[in-house]
This record gives sequence, C-alpha cells and structure tokens, in this order.
Amino acid sequence: MKLALFADIHSNLEAITACLDHARAMGAQRYAFLGDLVGYGADPVAVLELIERHAVDGAVVLLGNHDAAAIGRPSDGLNENALAAIAWTQRQLGEKQRAFLASLPLTVRQDDILFVHASAAVPEEWTYVSGAIEAERSMQAAAAGIVFCGHVHEQMLYYMGLGGHPMPFRPVAGTPIPTARHRQWLAIVGSAGQPRDSNNAASYALADLERARLTFFRVPYDYRLAAQKIRVAGLPERLAIRLERGT
Amino acid sequence: MMAPPEPGSEIDGFRLGKLIHVGTMAWVYRLTGTDGPLPLIMKIPRLGAGERAINVVSFEQCRLVLGALPQGPHYPTLVAYGDVEATPYLVMEFIEGRGLIEWTRRAPIPAQEIARIGTALALALHEIHRQDVNHLDLKPTNVLFRENGKAALVDFGLSHHGHYPDLLAEEMRYPVGNWEYMSPEQIFGIRCDPRSDIFSFGALLYELATGQLPFGHPRSAKQLRSRLYSDPVPPLALVATTPPWLQEIILHCLEIDNRKRYTSASEVAMDLANPAQVALTDRASKQHRDAWIKTLFRRMSADRFIPAPCPPLAMQSSDAPIMLVAIDCMQGDEALLEALREAVRRIVAADDRYRIACATVVPPAAALTGEGEESTATGRHIKHLVMLRQWARPLELPEERLTYHVLESDKPAAALVDYATVNEVDEMLIGAPHRLASVRLFLSVAESVVRDAPCSVKVVRARA
Repeated sequence: MKLALFADIHSNLEAITACLDHARAMGAQRYAFLGDLVGYGADPVAVLELIERHAVDGAVVLLGNHDAAAIGRPSDGLNENALAAIAWTQRQLGEKQRAFLASLPLTVRQDDILFVHASAAVPEEWTYVSGAIEAERSMQAAAAGIVFCGHVHEQMLYYMGLGGHPMPFRPVAGTPIPTARHRQWLAIVGSAGQPRDSNNAASYALADLERARLTFFRVPYDYRLAAQKIRVAGLPERLAIRLERGT
Repeated sequence: MMAPPEPGSEIDGFRLGKLIHVGTMAWVYRLTGTDGPLPLIMKIPRLGAGERAINVVSFEQCRLVLGALPQGPHYPTLVAYGDVEATPYLVMEFIEGRGLIEWTRRAPIPAQEIARIGTALALALHEIHRQDVNHLDLKPTNVLFRENGKAALVDFGLSHHGHYPDLLAEEMRYPVGNWEYMSPEQIFGIRCDPRSDIFSFGALLYELATGQLPFGHPRSAKQLRSRLYSDPVPPLALVATTPPWLQEIILHCLEIDNRKRYTSASEVAMDLANPAQVALTDRASKQHRDAWIKTLFRRMSADRFIPAPCPPLAMQSSDAPIMLVAIDCMQGDEALLEALREAVRRIVAADDRYRIACATVVPPAAALTGEGEESTATGRHIKHLVMLRQWARPLELPEERLTYHVLESDKPAAALVDYATVNEVDEMLIGAPHRLASVRLFLSVAESVVRDAPCSVKVVRARA
C-alpha cells in the first residue's frame, strides 16, 4: 500500500495537481493532506474541493494554522503577507468550504502512524519542527513508529538514534529510504504549494507501508500560471515571486 | 557472549559452511549448497548480551549501503538479508582474490608495483565516491584484488552513503574505525567527505612504500589526535630509493587539511598510472618532517581544528565541470589552435566554474627510436607540457583551473576517451584540421571519440 503525503499546499492548484498526478503514476492508493491547504495562493476554493473529494474517498486531511486563520480562529505569528492572503481567502470561501475546514482534526492516528501539521507535542501551538530538539519532543508525544508532518516547508527526515536522540537527514529526491520498523521516524514531507529551498519544484513524499520505504519527491509544475493568478487576484507581489524563485 | 552458529546449521534456507572470519562486529561464513552464479558468504552481526550496540547499527548501515549499490566489480554484491527485528544476516558475493595484506606484509615493495595496485584501488574508491559512498574503514584486510587485477572493497559496516540517513552518525562521538589509517576529520565524527578515504589510501601507500605506518599504532585518543598537527616522516627518509613522484602522491594524500589533499580518487589514479606526469612540489623532495615550530603552531591550534566542509554530493551536482581540450601542437596549425582557444573562452565566459584539462596524445616512449635530448621519454614529455602551457597562456585563466596532460598512446581516440571516462569529463573539444593530409587521421580519431566518449564532444574548426 503506497501512501502519498502532501503538506503546505497553500491554495496552489497547479502544484497539488502535479503532485497528485505524479503520486498516482507512482502507484499511490492512499492520500494524506497534512494541513495548510489554503493561504498565500490564488485557488483556495478549487484546492479545497479537490481535497474534499479525496477526503470523501478516505484520505486523511488535517487542519493547519493558515486553515485555522481562514475560518477566523486566532492566528498568531502570521506575517503581513500571510495575513493579507488570509483576508483575501476569507472573502473567497463559501459556507461549504468553511464547514469543511472547521471539520478538520489536528491529528490523526492510524496504526503506527501519527499525522500532524506541526509538532505533535502541542499540535494547536503550531510549533515548527526546525531541529532535533523539536523533533524529539514531537516524536515523544506522538508515541508512534512514524510521524508525518509539514509546517516547515523543507523536506527533512529525523530518525531516532539508539541513544534516544533524533538525527536529522536531508533527503535526496527520488531515493527510497528504508524506514526500519524497529526505529522511530519523523518525516517533514515538504511544501507542495510554496517550496522555499531555492528549488521551485513542488515537494511531497510517498510511503510504501508494506516494504517500509519512504521516498521524497520534487515535482516540477506550472509555477508561472500559479504566480500569474496571484498577481491577477491582487495578492502581494512577494507571494508570486516566491513561487517563481522557490524561496 | 553469544557463540557463533555452528557450521552446517541453516538460516532462512542458507546452509552455513566454514567460519572464515571472526570480527569484533560480525562473523562471516562461506555458504554451501548454493548453485547460483556467485560464490556466497553470510555475515552475521554479533548481537546480544556482552556485544556492543554499534554492531547492530553497523549491520543496518552495511545493508543500507550495499543494498543501494548496483552490481559491480569494486564491492561485493548483496544477494539477500534478514531483518534486524527477526534474524539479521547479509548474504553477499564471496570475492575470490588476494588481500592487500599480502603486499603490506612484504612492504616495502617496488614503486612500480605500488603504482599498479594503487591505481586499481584508487579506481575502486572513485567508483564508490562517484555514487556518494565513502568507505571510511580502509585497511589492508578490507581490500582485495580480483584475478583480473581490479580492486574490490569489502566490509561496508562503517561506510557512509550520502543519499541515506547516516545511522552511524550518533555512534561516532568516540572515533570508531581503524585508528592506524583514520583521517583527521574522522576523529571528529565527520563522515561525509570522500577525501577521508583518500587520506587512508595515502596511509596504505605509505605502508606499502616504507613498511611502516605513517602514524604508528595509536593506543589512546591523545595519540590518535597527534595526526592533527604532526606530519609523518617522509618516505624518502625511510627508504632512500622512494621515487619523488611516489612521495609526492603519498604526502599529497596525507595532507592534514582536507582541502590540500587530492579532491578525487580519480586524480590519484591518474597520477599513479602516469608517474612521469605527476606535478612535483616541495613534497616530492622532503627529507624531514616539518620544522618543530610549524608543528607546535599546528598543535596549539589543534583544539580549534575545523575540517573544511564536505563537498556537495557527486550525483547531484556537477560543480566545477571539466572540459577536456585535445590539442595537437605538432601540426603547427595556428589558426586551429586559436579557434580552440576561442571556443574555450566562450565556454568559460558563459560558466566560470569550468576547469580546463589540456591534453595531447603522443606515441608511447618505447616507440621512440631517435637519440638525443628530445628523444628521451622525459625530455619529450617536458617538451609537450611546455607546448600545452604555451597554448593555454593566452586564455589568461588562473593556474588552478588549468591542468596539462601528455597521454602516451598509439591510439589517440582511445587515450582521450579513457581520460574522459576516468576523470568524469563533462565536455570534450577536438580540433578539426583543414589540411588534407591531416583530415583522414582526424576523421578516424573523431569518429571513435564521438562514438565512445562518455560526454558531449564538440568539434572545432577554424573558419576557412
């Protein structure tokens, strides 16, 4: 069973469509969307409709901090551009999309997997797993064989060492990594809709649950169209440039 | 402490034969009754009470790295494995061959023999480095030579693969590995640098050339650290017949600062295969260790020792691409030589990372029949080097971006292709003459080069 994992989609329809196509071609049968479905990008309604269809078919869908902000929940820590995009997004969303977002959980546990948008330590605090210390806290709180998360936009894999401290590893796209079951793992699957590592290709990960293999991917997509839509919508210019440059 | 399984017992359908190696981390058995294409061995990690935790991690790492490497002559092929959770074992190819230990036992051995086996070993190292794997435990017992002369590296239990999580990273707070051959940066737990293997390789060459270890047998962490400041006694001081080129290569590999070492094993292979072309520096004639004041200075700063960062992964980046320019100075076709320079200028202007390898092919020395200064092998070699330098001077490129190579072969196309293959050349420029007399030779060379080159080939012709 192959499980495709997407995070930080941020209303980028072109990116999530390209990732879904790629994942299907790689044999994905299950899907998980790890929060921040909206914000920044120009296609919130279309993206939410696409994800909701997958949710109906059994996909895991989580709430992210931008999603929470889009339905009026407190949103500390968002910068000026993010807030402008949230205000714009709120005007686009209809009752149906708001209800869908409001229905989303912060975490989902399936077998030995925990899905969460940010840190599993206190999911509603949206802590960035930006280093080994945060990874350790999240892994301890999750008490699962593998934690899949997003929030941090760069792909990263932490594996628990025998000494009880996680070690970071920056994955190489396309290389299947054996994730032995006797170890604990935490995977940040990378941002599909707003990559920030100077590579403008969309990020996602594909887990082969039977064979215990995890592969991180980078998928080129039509970022020009996504950026153009941001400009046409009158969203901050910086958000369009980010997609073009991948920064 | 667990006893090793009895020969004759069966694990997952594999029947154990003779116990051929008892290591601190694992036992190794021949397998019997397998009728596949390869003779096989089984490696079983020593686990359980009284054994070290690193054994299991080393087993996982070995499985990860060997499992990721495609079948090849330079390391054993992994055939099957048992999981850590159940019955851990690795089944892999049994490499029949002579161990490097046969040579180190006889050391010092002649320089020609060191060059021959050293080239084979350097090419094996390059092959794993090219795939972003560092062996990190080079020692005489981990190197075998197959019947066909190719070197194979065994025991990847401490190795590092740049595409996979480094399971051993956390175990490296105390320097694990073979202290006799370990590089300075490995003492600090740094595992991502292929130049660490080049250092250990230099220690092996040193042992072959002198019969001694460059840093003795360190017994304590303090003794181990002395290689951060104390340079080895130059081989010349131990074996007076050590040729300068060999000392140059050995000391170049053994530089304390990883930035001063060879950057790739293929460069070492190239030097070992062509002793006459080794660029000699002060290292070649060094008779004594560095002056005490220099050592003292290094010793005082050893606490602040910071190795240079690991280079980027080979398979992901083609940083500093190499352009090979095939130059035939003997034809005296000035217009063509200038056209080649112009082509190089344009490429360098577009991408200033390019390194330019200037090469010319000359017939082998044995084919020389004439007499006098020009006709001796070294005399002729120097003459060609001078001409290559002369050709490159108008480019006004910094010296570190240019290299010069006089390739001896009566098959120019094959020599160029070999060079491009071993050195991972990214682009090759060859000049096409106008003069009818030269055209036929050119066509035969160009045809073979274009057919066999591992990279793009660009044909340059002066405007008629």
